[in-house]
Amino acid sequence: MWDYTDKVMDHFLNPRNVGSVENPDGVGEVGSLACGDALTLSFKLGPDGRIADAKFKTFGCASAVASSSVLTELIKGKTLDEAMQVTNQDIASYLGGLPEQKMHCSVMGQEALEAAIANYRGKHDGAAAVKKGNIVCTCFGVTDEEIRKVVRENGLSTVEQVTNYCKAGGGCGGCHGRIAELIVEVQGEAVKTQIASPPKKPAKLTNIQKIQLVQQTINEQIRPALRADGGDIELIDIDGNKVIVAFRGMCAQCKVSGFTMKDVVQARLREYVSDDLTVEAEKNPESSEHKS
Amino acid sequence: MSSPKTTRSGSVSGSCGPDCTCRGPIPALDDLRSAMPKQDPKSVIYMDNNATTRVDEQVVAEMLPYLTEQYGNPSSMHTFGGQVAHKIAEARQRVADLLGCLPEEILFTSCGTESDNTAIKGTLAVLPNKRKIVTTRVEHPAVLTTCRDLERHGYSISEIGVDRQGNLNLDELGFRIDDNTAIVSVMYANNETGVIFPIDEIASIVHSRGVVFHTDAVQAAGKIPLNLRNSAIDMLSLSGHKLHAPKGIGVLYVRKGTRIAPFLHGGHQESGRRGGTENVPGIIALGKACELALKYRVEENTRVKSLRDRLEAKLLASCPDCMINGNPEHRLPNTLNISFEYIEGEAILLLLNQFGICASSGSACTSGALEPSHVLRAMGVPFTAAHGSIRFSLSRFNTEAEVDFVAEVMPKIVNRLRELSPFVKR
Repeated sequence: MWDYTDKVMDHFLNPRNVGSVENPDGVGEVGSLACGDALTLSFKLGPDGRIADAKFKTFGCASAVASSSVLTELIKGKTLDEAMQVTNQDIASYLGGLPEQKMHCSVMGQEALEAAIANYRGKHDGAAAVKKGNIVCTCFGVTDEEIRKVVRENGLSTVEQVTNYCKAGGGCGGCHGRIAELIVEVQGEAVKTQIASPPKKPAKLTNIQKIQLVQQTINEQIRPALRADGGDIELIDIDGNKVIVAFRGMCAQCKVSGFTMKDVVQARLREYVSDDLTVEAEKNPESSEHKS
Repeated sequence: MSSPKTTRSGSVSGSCGPDCTCRGPIPALDDLRSAMPKQDPKSVIYMDNNATTRVDEQVVAEMLPYLTEQYGNPSSMHTFGGQVAHKIAEARQRVADLLGCLPEEILFTSCGTESDNTAIKGTLAVLPNKRKIVTTRVEHPAVLTTCRDLERHGYSISEIGVDRQGNLNLDELGFRIDDNTAIVSVMYANNETGVIFPIDEIASIVHSRGVVFHTDAVQAAGKIPLNLRNSAIDMLSLSGHKLHAPKGIGVLYVRKGTRIAPFLHGGHQESGRRGGTENVPGIIALGKACELALKYRVEENTRVKSLRDRLEAKLLASCPDCMINGNPEHRLPNTLNISFEYIEGEAILLLLNQFGICASSGSACTSGALEPSHVLRAMGVPFTAAHGSIRFSLSRFNTEAEVDFVAEVMPKIVNRLRELSPFVKR
């Protein structure tokens, strides 16, 4: 059972400003049914250029509803420039804190606000907000820009924290390496030791050494990332520089397992073992959904 | 709790069913609650019996003296301790009666998870040349996590898939068993959906291939008839707290002649197959609970089933856009897993909680994970429905009035959350 503050429960049970503003000046939609939470925010400006009314509709858990409700309270009466200063931390602290795994709910509120203001300023239409940057997490559609932002604004230093704050890396796990890079990029080298200290890549390997190192890399570097998301990997064979593996568990059904294979498995093996390696999925009759 | 009749004459308009036209502002929860029959705040409507159950008072009465007066160790030489051993033998016989097996085939453990670990790891230990385990994608974590950990130690795991209704693909099962397979472990009934697998048929398939078969029957035991005498099951796990015994007691049935290495090494207890001083009060409680389960088994499949069916019918009729998860024909009599589209499970549970109603959800948010239940995903339930899935699991302690109360509250909760949802266009 989640340990929600009284404030969260109050805003969940008695949400303020539910609905849609009539003839809104700005509308922002973020999230989706598939992601497990979604928020539509609409606002109307008064003659003084301040937000006169703001309403929301939210699909999601108690903390998502409460974050949305607080967001509308926070931005009312503010100018758009003032509203832009509202961060996810403001939402979370107004609520007396959120469980760490639920911080993404406060981030969703802030993103909806940005989308709505962008919509008003005519940069793009809020219904299909064009994301800035390149998609990093294909499972939840999170871009590098969004990850940099949550890392910077919340002082995050681990992949797990990033997942808690914006969901990136919470699906197949294929992007964990890229998220770690982004953390280092934002926070500097100081956090690097907390992520992973890669072993020195040996210059020349005997076959036995190569096999052992491949196995070790899979066990220590690749498998934990996949297992964190209910997936797994099995080393089937090594033929020269060709490493044959099979995905198990969630990875076997993951729509983006192709990316995982190339961007995680092959990248890690090249990083830790040898640049000459190529990775292939096992061609087997055991792959899932093969017949009735 | 007042009668349902009073409620219907109450002030809240409409049933919020398919034809509901109420579109006013979101009713504050207090309004919602005042429309409900007055409930004693201390009374809880417990419909989460697949998670754990209330200990039957007769079970408590049976075990109590073995905590306070007869606290001896059954291994002791003195009569004070030794007499406890007779009571354990009686409990063992009662468990055997429920399962339709011999008392010497019953091994007491600390929980269902220990039973599962013992079965799988104990079998692998005596078959060092076989390195493969066949199981399913919808197992309880007690089996699934154990297998995935073994995979890290060089074993290979095959997980059989299920179809949209949660039925196992038996062809795939036969196909995956090979000479390298040490053990096949398939649950008797799924804890989330209640779907019952054709375990006797599966056991025969596995046996015909000369492979050991284990089943996790933690959810099935006590709810549906089991008769191990006529089955090819080699090992079966059971957990006390799922059938009105306390937590901390489990059973592993090991068919006579099945080789298994101990999981917990220690003293000579349990014929040397499980070290550690017996949980005497727990064992005695479980014996009584099994005796009661046998007595109430017909009721479980008639009265409890009809309560479940009543709840299901009422919810389907009063809540639009909802659907049952799992094969409705082959399901535990007490379990109802139902998805409400466009709304999220944790929010539903918290509102149910406001009315003292206990249930559970396969939604991602309830577990802290970002993706919904592995069982619903394996079934291919769309994420949109999986996020809004609720499991009601009943027991013989539930009443018709409770079912009617839940059926009364649920459409209002669903309607309220849909008022909040951006996916419901009005």
